[in-house]
Amino acid sequence: MADVKKIATRESYGNALKELAAQHDDLIVFDADLAGATKTGIFKKAYPDRHFNCGIAEGNMMAAAAGVAAMGMVPFASTFAMFAAGRAFEQIRNSIGYPHLNVKIGATHGGISVGEDGASHQCCEDFALMRSIPGMVVMSPADDVEARAMVKAAYEHVGPVYIRFGRAAVPVFHEEEGYSFQIGKGEVLQGGDDVAIIANGLMVNEAIEAGKALKECGISARVINMATIKPLDEELVLKAARECGKVITCEEHSVIGGLGEAVCALLSEKCPTPVRRIGVNDEFGHSGPAAALLKQFGLSAEHIVEVAKDFCNV
Amino acid sequence: MTVAEKKELMATACKVRMGVIEGTHAAKAGHPGGSLSAADLFTYLYFKELNVDPKNPKWADRDRFVLSKGHTAPGLYATLAQRGFFPVEDLLTLRHIGSHLQGHPNMNMTPGVDMSTGSLGQGVSAAAGMALAAKYQGKDCRVYTLLGDGEIQEGQVWEAFMFAHHYKLDNLCVVIDNNGLQIDGRVADVMSPYPIPEKLKAFGFAVTEIDGHDFDQIEAAFAKAKETKGVPFAIVMKTTKGKGVSYMEDQAGWHGKAPNDEEYEIAMNELRAQLAEVEAM
Repeated sequence: MADVKKIATRESYGNALKELAAQHDDLIVFDADLAGATKTGIFKKAYPDRHFNCGIAEGNMMAAAAGVAAMGMVPFASTFAMFAAGRAFEQIRNSIGYPHLNVKIGATHGGISVGEDGASHQCCEDFALMRSIPGMVVMSPADDVEARAMVKAAYEHVGPVYIRFGRAAVPVFHEEEGYSFQIGKGEVLQGGDDVAIIANGLMVNEAIEAGKALKECGISARVINMATIKPLDEELVLKAARECGKVITCEEHSVIGGLGEAVCALLSEKCPTPVRRIGVNDEFGHSGPAAALLKQFGLSAEHIVEVAKDFCNV
Repeated sequence: MTVAEKKELMATACKVRMGVIEGTHAAKAGHPGGSLSAADLFTYLYFKELNVDPKNPKWADRDRFVLSKGHTAPGLYATLAQRGFFPVEDLLTLRHIGSHLQGHPNMNMTPGVDMSTGSLGQGVSAAAGMALAAKYQGKDCRVYTLLGDGEIQEGQVWEAFMFAHHYKLDNLCVVIDNNGLQIDGRVADVMSPYPIPEKLKAFGFAVTEIDGHDFDQIEAAFAKAKETKGVPFAIVMKTTKGKGVSYMEDQAGWHGKAPNDEEYEIAMNELRAQLAEVEAM
């Protein structure tokens, strides 16, 4: 692992915005006094006239972005996940979601890997909140290659999109060459038929590592990257459930309302299958280094392996 | 404006008020009080001020109007109908299942509605965003928004005001309907927003205060708004909630209540008499 390149997906976000802006004049960026952290500062440096700081006023930022979109432009509104999905939920729901305006919400610092800032800034509820809004696309990339492609796909998509990016650097496992991303399509990263591990965000890399470790224990795990939480790739989930008979979901999010529950809802109606959900168990996080927190909260390859072994009676 | 033009506006405002009463009566719900206080403003906007085309409601270079106090949709709808965006008969479908006239404005359903609103404090932000976008796009169009005096208790309104001033949105005109009442009573008693003009000035706005039922004053205020450069403009208009219907005037109870059959008859008779009086002028 030592030679694997690591990049935080928020960095990918800033870079992708800059690349996109070169081709599209109708793209502007809003930020709420966090341009350095959300990495929209990368865009700002290249396009200072197209970057608008909205100050520490996320509610206004989201509704103003709605107004920008109503004029036919494509605003990317950026802040931490906590203040986008959380604080500005109602503005997103009523001014962006209800009129189905073409606003892209770039929410960085999702999950407990925010680390030292502690629970007030560790948003583990954003998938749940954003999924509940009709017509909202909800995504979370696993690495730099996927994140950049996702930002471009979000621009091309007509309608509101929420993307959660991470603070911590994560391994880049996708090959740039020949890579393509499609909203609503999952990706099988390792074949297998004993158990399906469906993950998103930084948990995908953990799932890949778990998949390799399980192989050595004689468990054939199908590892799936489900970068789009809504609309869910139902076909891929159902196929995995039918062929594996057991499903484990992994997300850096509360077990309430996120990928795990989306998968459970689908399976309970269309293909009842035993599911184990790995995520944050209805509790708040706390301060600490990201790596240590992820380990403590069971968001690790080791924990996925434990759960899978128990699930498969090995 | 000429005497004839003013007479025409006064007559139209009477018809708008009738539309408010007909719509809310047919819906057995809705918000007549604030619709009536803003009826003259709505009328002036759509018949004199806004550069819009009822035959092409989505025309890209049109002026925009955002009804931030979205609950007064019956007033906006009645005005749009008078202006020819859709048939006046549609007003009777207000709030009914299958109607394009939702309880609060929906930009994707009603021709002429520029922004979906209803949750207070958000429309003004959207209007500021539109004004910013118009500047970025190099469009000459202007953006207007109407807020209630109770609405400005929402903190987001002041976030939007800061934003409008910071980005020098002189193509934005904010109107505050100071009818003095909100659901629970007098705004001064519920949570005083006063003094309003001073607060707006402190936020960097050019401000004018007018009687919101006087078309000459409304015209002068909008003219001043257009001349103002470098800062956003605000019109604080003193109005009477329920204006034009005697038993609704200055009564908080008529904020969100529809007239029953008997009340409907009284209101319509009063408004018909007012219209006849205007026409006889």
